[in-house]
Amino acid sequence: MILGRVRRALGGPGGAPASYATDIDRGYRRRHGERTVEQTVDLLAENLAEYRAIVHRTDAGELPLLLMRLLAERWPDTVLVPPGLPHEWMAAVDAPLVHDRAVSTAAELDRSGAVVTGCAVAVAETGTIVLDGSPDQGRRRITLIPDHHICVVRVPDQVVSSVPQALERLDPARPLTWISGPSATSDIELDRVEGVHGPRVLQVVLVSGE
Amino acid sequence: MTAAGGTVHWAADADEANRIVTRLVRETGETEVVKVKSMATQEIGLNEALEEAGIRAYETDLAELIVQLGADRPSHILVPAIHRNRGEIRAIFAREMGRWGRPAPDGLTDSPRDLAEAARLHLREKFLRAKVGVSGANFMVAETGTLVVVESEGNGRMCLTLPETLISVVGIEKVVPTWRDLEVFLQTLPRSSTAERMNPYTSTWTGTTDTDGPRAFHLVLLDNGRTDTLADEVGRQALRCIRCSACLNVCPVYERAGGHAYGSVYPGPIGAILSPQLRGTASEIDASLPYASSLCGACYEVCPVAIDIPEVLVHLRERVVQGGEVTRRGVKVTLKPAKGHAAERAAMRAAGLAFARPGVLRAGLRLASRTRRFHPRTLPGPGRAWTATRELPKVPAESFRDWWQRTGGGKDDGRGGK
Repeated sequence: MILGRVRRALGGPGGAPASYATDIDRGYRRRHGERTVEQTVDLLAENLAEYRAIVHRTDAGELPLLLMRLLAERWPDTVLVPPGLPHEWMAAVDAPLVHDRAVSTAAELDRSGAVVTGCAVAVAETGTIVLDGSPDQGRRRITLIPDHHICVVRVPDQVVSSVPQALERLDPARPLTWISGPSATSDIELDRVEGVHGPRVLQVVLVSGE
Repeated sequence: MTAAGGTVHWAADADEANRIVTRLVRETGETEVVKVKSMATQEIGLNEALEEAGIRAYETDLAELIVQLGADRPSHILVPAIHRNRGEIRAIFAREMGRWGRPAPDGLTDSPRDLAEAARLHLREKFLRAKVGVSGANFMVAETGTLVVVESEGNGRMCLTLPETLISVVGIEKVVPTWRDLEVFLQTLPRSSTAERMNPYTSTWTGTTDTDGPRAFHLVLLDNGRTDTLADEVGRQALRCIRCSACLNVCPVYERAGGHAYGSVYPGPIGAILSPQLRGTASEIDASLPYASSLCGACYEVCPVAIDIPEVLVHLRERVVQGGEVTRRGVKVTLKPAKGHAAERAAMRAAGLAFARPGVLRAGLRLASRTRRFHPRTLPGPGRAWTATRELPKVPAESFRDWWQRTGGGKDDGRGGK
């Protein structure tokens, strides 16, 4: 009935464009500015930091020690990890690891103070990391309930310049979470407060090389 | 979306949408739902409908929580509690939180940080317990069946991922054809809305996913006047709105009048063209909304989807004054001219007659000039309110047309000499 109303409102059949793909003018920029790979990674780091994510840079060899240090600084009782997180990343971590299982309830997850994940893609221009629920990122809830999220981004492979380039790489069938800095609100007198319901501390580790 | 495990429901109007959601919640056996901030569910009055059915809906956006606890109405699309200051919010939290769940901590101060922390603790208990979530959506992608919610606080992520059942109520105008179209809107919306490069959290989901998120997903597609609006070739551009609220922030009328004056969940310039189209112009407030503007055009200038709000305002004024053909609930009807504008119509008709006949116009102008010393300084009757703060324009001794004729178009300035 509603679709019939839509058709009548548009003046009956025949009003639709022949092909949406060719009729829409896509003359806008796919990205904003020319940058080398290094500059793109630098821009990502800069934009993440500007939105109050804490950015660290390291290489694959130093990653386990860095993760140990970052977690030790905040002393979580336990650290949540998704099922497919590379074992060697957490090799040096002292705190007990909790593996997320399908039966873990939200209340159980609420007891973990921190979570470590990988990511699907990171967007330099907007300072965004995107999670798509792959095995190294896990279910959406594990990056939501703990108060401290450490996200490891492989650079430069996982970094793109812009939102259009990120959408090209992502699969719409997967549940996606785009994260640009820790959660925030400006609902009280437009005064910005960081950390409402999501993790209040977001640390992003840019790891280069193998 | 159906292919991905979701169920689609169609709702022609607010009542039908409310009935569907109420039934879906009842079928889960739950009496509580957690809600993501959503304009569509406010438009249909879902919370009130659920309450009548004995179901409590908890708003989880901080500003919506303030509004709900204060038994108040939202005054802005993006920051609905902008009319409350921190002292009032502290008082509302201290007084009301205990009646809804976890009370506010003792010694709560009025710093926004403390208030946000109180809301975090109050709501976390509800998120972890909730079995049913209700949301809207900023966009829906037709080719993939994907829904998109754009937010800042994380309450959206909580409501979209923790409950077992998710019900999304979305206006049919929120659909975009392709996944690629999001590349435009995900860049446009945060910039126009909060002037951020990107908002903190954006969630997208397609139906249900095994073990991750709700096991049941229902999408309620809402018409509620949208197809009627679509039938109006000038007015339909209002359906492009992505609810960024940029037009509110620049509007001089909104700035003075405040959001409540618009009598609708959609305040500001966009509300002035959306409400009278979705609801019709039958009520006094809806008939007056097209006049809630000075036509300065600032809203059109900032609109990221280029809705010519002044054009639609003038179009709707014409409809209110002259009546004409419109579509209501899918049926074409002819509106009668509004009663309150009889004097205006008579004046416009008289002006039309005079301007079409040079002789009549000249006689009228000369009559006005000759009698100028007898003109009152204030208007009589209802015009008095207008002249109480303004002076009536003075009629010159000679009209422009007479001057032009006498001086040959200004070549001879009438005082002799060239």
